[in-house]
Amino acid sequence: MNQTSTQPEPDRLLEITKLRIEATIIPPGERPQNIALVDGVSLILERGKVLGLIGESGAGKSTLGLASLGYVRGGVRITGGEVLLNGQDVLKKSTRGLRALRGRTVCYVAQSAAAAFNPAHRLMDQVVEASVLHKVMTRREAEGRAVSLFRKLGLPGPESIGNRFPHQVSGGQLQRVMTAMALCSEPDLIVFDEPTTALDVTTQIEVLAAIRDAIRDTDVAAIYITHDLAVVAQIADDIMVLRNGGLVERGTTEEIIVNPKEKYTQALVSVHHIDHEMKDFGDTAPILSVEGLTAGYGGGQVTVLQNVSMDLHPGETLAVVGESGSGKSTLARVITGLLAPFSGSIHFEGRVLAPGIALRSKEDLRQLQMIYQMADVAMNPRQTVATIIGRPLEFYFGIRGAERNRRVAELLEKIELKKDLANRFPSELSGGQKQRVCIARALAAKPKLIVCDEVTSALDPLVANGILTLLLQLQRDEGVAYLFITHDLATVRSIADSISVMYRGEVVRQGAKAEVLAPPYDAYTDLLLSSVPEMKIGWLDQAISSRRMESAGN
Amino acid sequence: MTQSASGMFRTGIRKFASAPLSAQLGTIVIAIYVLTALFAPVLAPYGEAEIVGSQFQTWSSSFWLGTDNLGRDMFTRLIYGARNTIGIAILTTCLSFSIGIAAGLAAATLGKWLDQALSRLVDVLMAIPQLIFALLLLSMFGTSIPSLIAVIAFLDSTRVFRLTRALSINVAVTDYVEAARLRGEGLLWIMKNEILPNIIPVLIAEFGLRFCFVFLLISGLSFLGLGIQPPTADWGSMVRDSAALITYGDVTPLLPAGAIVMLTVAVNLVVDWFLHTASGLKED
Repeated sequence: MNQTSTQPEPDRLLEITKLRIEATIIPPGERPQNIALVDGVSLILERGKVLGLIGESGAGKSTLGLASLGYVRGGVRITGGEVLLNGQDVLKKSTRGLRALRGRTVCYVAQSAAAAFNPAHRLMDQVVEASVLHKVMTRREAEGRAVSLFRKLGLPGPESIGNRFPHQVSGGQLQRVMTAMALCSEPDLIVFDEPTTALDVTTQIEVLAAIRDAIRDTDVAAIYITHDLAVVAQIADDIMVLRNGGLVERGTTEEIIVNPKEKYTQALVSVHHIDHEMKDFGDTAPILSVEGLTAGYGGGQVTVLQNVSMDLHPGETLAVVGESGSGKSTLARVITGLLAPFSGSIHFEGRVLAPGIALRSKEDLRQLQMIYQMADVAMNPRQTVATIIGRPLEFYFGIRGAERNRRVAELLEKIELKKDLANRFPSELSGGQKQRVCIARALAAKPKLIVCDEVTSALDPLVANGILTLLLQLQRDEGVAYLFITHDLATVRSIADSISVMYRGEVVRQGAKAEVLAPPYDAYTDLLLSSVPEMKIGWLDQAISSRRMESAGN
Repeated sequence: MTQSASGMFRTGIRKFASAPLSAQLGTIVIAIYVLTALFAPVLAPYGEAEIVGSQFQTWSSSFWLGTDNLGRDMFTRLIYGARNTIGIAILTTCLSFSIGIAAGLAAATLGKWLDQALSRLVDVLMAIPQLIFALLLLSMFGTSIPSLIAVIAFLDSTRVFRLTRALSINVAVTDYVEAARLRGEGLLWIMKNEILPNIIPVLIAEFGLRFCFVFLLISGLSFLGLGIQPPTADWGSMVRDSAALITYGDVTPLLPAGAIVMLTVAVNLVVDWFLHTASGLKED
């Protein structure tokens, strides 16, 4: 059945030689120019092996991965090199030839399964579609294989889950169904494009283990694209580090993790090691004190927060940790006044904070600022950086004109950005720069407390590291307190003074960082802690075998 | 924001040069219309309502396009028609956009009962065919030019309201609007500085389209005798007045109709291009 076995080098599945992929970009106010997304990258993938592609956003890893399907995104062209799959050049194939290839020989697993599934069709129809259309097997055989794959991937109710619609299963389950879809037609190669990035840590570990076992058992080759070196270390045989479309370093997983040669790789491996002296706030009066807060939506029908209490001292960083659905963002909304609580009280500097924004004084609003997760939607795309940072100065302090511009320049310097960025629009900034501008906007109000809602989770690890260092630096200079909401325990270790662990709307563990992160753990904290990927080969097996509790997403 | 006038002129020239041929053509046609409207008294050989000859004279050197049913010069009236019809249409569209944008923004940002009240009112207004409703209102309020403008602007603002509300609601839920609310900004400031700049490109494109509809509606009403009243020249009533000629194989009645068509097509060409670039802006 498999004609490809007659090829001269049967163990060499994919061979990419000096691939060059270009796109035309039009910078505002300038002439269109060609930039190389992938610049002369070569790789060889043997049958049954897993290659990890790692790099920050813009490194060209997704573009390279998609090229092995002979696919490029709109506006992008392959301008050089060749992609040999089973000895045949994919780039020279006609549309019909490509169609015979995709879904049969190569499959793709997208980052957001929720966006990649058609919401109007049942899961089973979508899982078996490629196998049936390519006449690899009959529909009955395909369904049988799908069910066995569902079972292998640890999905609940493997016999019946195929009858559900995409919105009826959780995000982690959907990602596993998508993996089953890719495996169903028994392809030679699967391209995984950040399959676990959008998931909670506790869910990520399960999906990761499922994907790894499925790859091992079906002997399929895979390209695994991610920005998280700790994740790829659990799954890949070889790792390629990419940066700005070029190759930085390639080697076996062990070589890269244990003994990286290039400086950039070393930075990636050692990321998240910020030395942070934990401060003690034993007897000082808290700046923010939340007592017995119960809140929710729908006029009392849905309760998201239950009896939450916590204290935050001036200059302290309190990390609120939990997975999605734990109520941590709702907590931020209640504290900032966007959502009125059902019961409970919030004290700020000893006075009671009113439940809604409209009822709070301008002074209260000024002293309590917020930084958002997605910096690019937290800034008006039609305002310049100067307008964005300058507005709080105008609004709270009445500073205008030249004085305002001087203060904006000062703030830009404080967040380590160049002064001439003031006249740019948000779309002309990088992800890290955007988040820095948002920090400057919050800082411009001279607040006493900043609520940071997942401020680093949308950023690349190195960039995130820079933001965390900056936040700590600003805390030392300005004495501002942070309420730091995150699902990432590695971030918490780097920045927090004290920690509140939230689970399904309740605080399950709370105290100084050293206490919370020291055994004995309660079941949930243990689950959270053990789910954070460690840059260590074999961590996944160890973590899976020592788990005491199922993740909330299952 | 603080671009100098010459700078804006230069960007305008560059934008024009990079526009597709259809949009350039449209721009030129619109420019000719606007110039004609502005310099009508200079360009026209006779007065607007001046009776200069006998009825229905044929094309000649003294009356280039002949005369109409009262003996007024057709060419003169065609030029003055541009001034009257376009001027009233622009005024009407501006008024309708002012009402529609204000109401749409208010509904989107204040929400709750105001949104419900305005939206249901608009539903009711839109359920009645626009032309019939306009005829009804005009026969109630009389057919003076101010009431013509007010009635059409009011009816047309329902469409603008719908669009503004839909666009604003998308913007009103973004994090940057939330950030402005958290800062303690007033609603008017949020509408003006945060929401409006983000929806204005689409609204400008819509302005062009709605201008065409208003223009056609005015011409249609004039043709029916309820629009611009004689002796003021306008293209709709000119078609009506000389319509009888068409049975004799004379093309003169088609000229004002052709003027209407050409302007509508030109505006649409420009708007298509503008809408294209505006949607491109939203992507980045």
